[in-house]
Amino acid sequence: MKARSASRNLLFMVPAIRLSGVTKRFLTPSGGVYTALRDLDMAVEQGEFCSVVGPTGCGKSTTLALISGLERPSQGEVLVSGKPVTGVMDGIGYVFQTDAVFPWKTVLDNVAAGPRYHGISNREAHERARDWIARVGLAGFEDRFPYQLSGGMRKRVALAQSLINGPRILLMDEPFSALDVQTRNLMENELLALWSASPTTVVFVTHDLEEAISLSDRVFVITAGPGTVKSDYKVDLPRPRNVAEIRFQAGFTAIYQEIWNDLRDEVLVSYERQKRSGAA
Amino acid sequence: MTAPVSAAQEAAKVLNLGARRSRARRRHRLNILVLRVLVAVVGLGSWELGTRTGFIDPFFFGQPSGIAHQLWVWVTDETSLGPLWLQVLVTFEETVGGFAVGSILGVIFGILLGGNKLLAEVFSIYIKAANAIPRVVLGALFAISLGLDIRAKIATASVLVFFVVFFNAFQGVREVDRNLIANARILGADDRRLTTEVIIPSALSWILASLHISFGLALVGAVVGELFGATAGVGELIYYSEANFNTNGVFAGMVLLAAMALLAEALITSLENRLVRWRPPALGSEIQI
Ligand SMILES: Nc1ncnc2c1ncn2[C@@H]1O[C@H](COP(=O)(O)OP(=O)(O)O)[C@@H](O)[C@H]1O
Ligand SMILES: [Mg+2]
Repeated sequence: MKARSASRNLLFMVPAIRLSGVTKRFLTPSGGVYTALRDLDMAVEQGEFCSVVGPTGCGKSTTLALISGLERPSQGEVLVSGKPVTGVMDGIGYVFQTDAVFPWKTVLDNVAAGPRYHGISNREAHERARDWIARVGLAGFEDRFPYQLSGGMRKRVALAQSLINGPRILLMDEPFSALDVQTRNLMENELLALWSASPTTVVFVTHDLEEAISLSDRVFVITAGPGTVKSDYKVDLPRPRNVAEIRFQAGFTAIYQEIWNDLRDEVLVSYERQKRSGAA
Repeated sequence: MTAPVSAAQEAAKVLNLGARRSRARRRHRLNILVLRVLVAVVGLGSWELGTRTGFIDPFFFGQPSGIAHQLWVWVTDETSLGPLWLQVLVTFEETVGGFAVGSILGVIFGILLGGNKLLAEVFSIYIKAANAIPRVVLGALFAISLGLDIRAKIATASVLVFFVVFFNAFQGVREVDRNLIANARILGADDRRLTTEVIIPSALSWILASLHISFGLALVGAVVGELFGATAGVGELIYYSEANFNTNGVFAGMVLLAAMALLAEALITSLENRLVRWRPPALGSEIQI
């Protein structure tokens, strides 16, 4: 780590997110104990865009749930801006892996939900919601219900719903994995634009290494379950980036190779396990 | 993503398609209506024919023309208990009263117990026990404790309604998508908001579904309540006819009850459609029974 001398920078030394020695166990329906994460250490700097990659079931979603305060660690400590997480806190946005927009609310009411929960008047909440709906490219769809939207549009609603609260930390769980490549690249670029215009820290979970590298400053590789950080890589590709073209840039292949070497072993372990438990 | 260029064409195509579809639907509805009338004509016709030719004894089994005549007399003159509209009104009041009390209590308790594990565990055994007894007999108890007026009938009807609505509301709360709760909490919802904005809307489909059955049950409760002692009402009219061996009167009373149930069903369906506009139209929603 680079040495920072000025005291002003002390503030920056406090990571936006720090997980230290985090273990998370779940009770399985059969009464056993399943260790999803073991001894996980991870620190994310303020304003950083970082990705978390790893094989399916390695605990990526669990990691986000711990940061959000929806889940508590069985052991270890989760700190956000230096303070221990004791429950759901303000200032955190979360785009869930599965659809979580409210099916009984229109697009407008879905996006306005956050401000309204914070006691902002209906009129102002709607005004702000309209602005965000336009920013994610859904102007004209304010009165639709979620079932009347495509999967990509629902993701946009979810994104606007999270961003309208102006989160300091944005957690995203495979938000674009169900989209076609074109829509996905479009939304990735929009996400980068929105992120660079705000001081938000992003933790982006994906199983797609190319997506992780294209978007991030840093990529964490998680081991096959029980998950722990195997390694993390800085991605020094220049910004602003165009995710549709970045993979042709010098340096992309090199870092892809390097991370993939690491990730491949974990994917294989996980795959072998699934095959065995599937055969059993 | 939308391509604005083709939006107008797209809209025109959709409109065209919509017009064609609604024409087809209208034709379909007319066909159904014709078939329904046909079923009624064949059913009632063979019944009537059976009684005229002596295969069926109208004294025990009634006769469609006799039932129609009985209804005509009730409507134009009056029933043995007084004017017909009064009997219908009395039973309707009892039914709606029982329906309202039962479903409101059912929703409140269902949501309360569905959202509170301790309460659910403590009360579940009592509720199961209460659900297992044949509850119509409570009508006798209410007739003693509440007297012969409307309260006893409302009580009987509401007991029948309560359990159905309660179990549905309870289940509805249990089935709330965990993701939606998590999302609402992340967005800043407190417990009250969580209840009003996530749990209740989510349980609403279940609750509304139970209301269809409940109105029928409320009607049963009101009629049974009248059995245990009443001076007016369609149920009382049926018992009076029965006591006088007036089979057609019994059937005529049943026709009135059926008409009330159908009317209520239509009202509940329109309420449901209003309240759950957000639900995608179900496949085969047209063959609802
Ligand atoms: N609430 C839970 N109860 C029991 N097991 C869970 C629960 N949540 C997650 N798990 C288990 O923990 C492991 C990690 O899950 P998850 O974090 O969703 O993985 P990922 O997002 O990396 O695919 C999985 O094996 C999953 O089955
Ligand atoms: Mg996951």
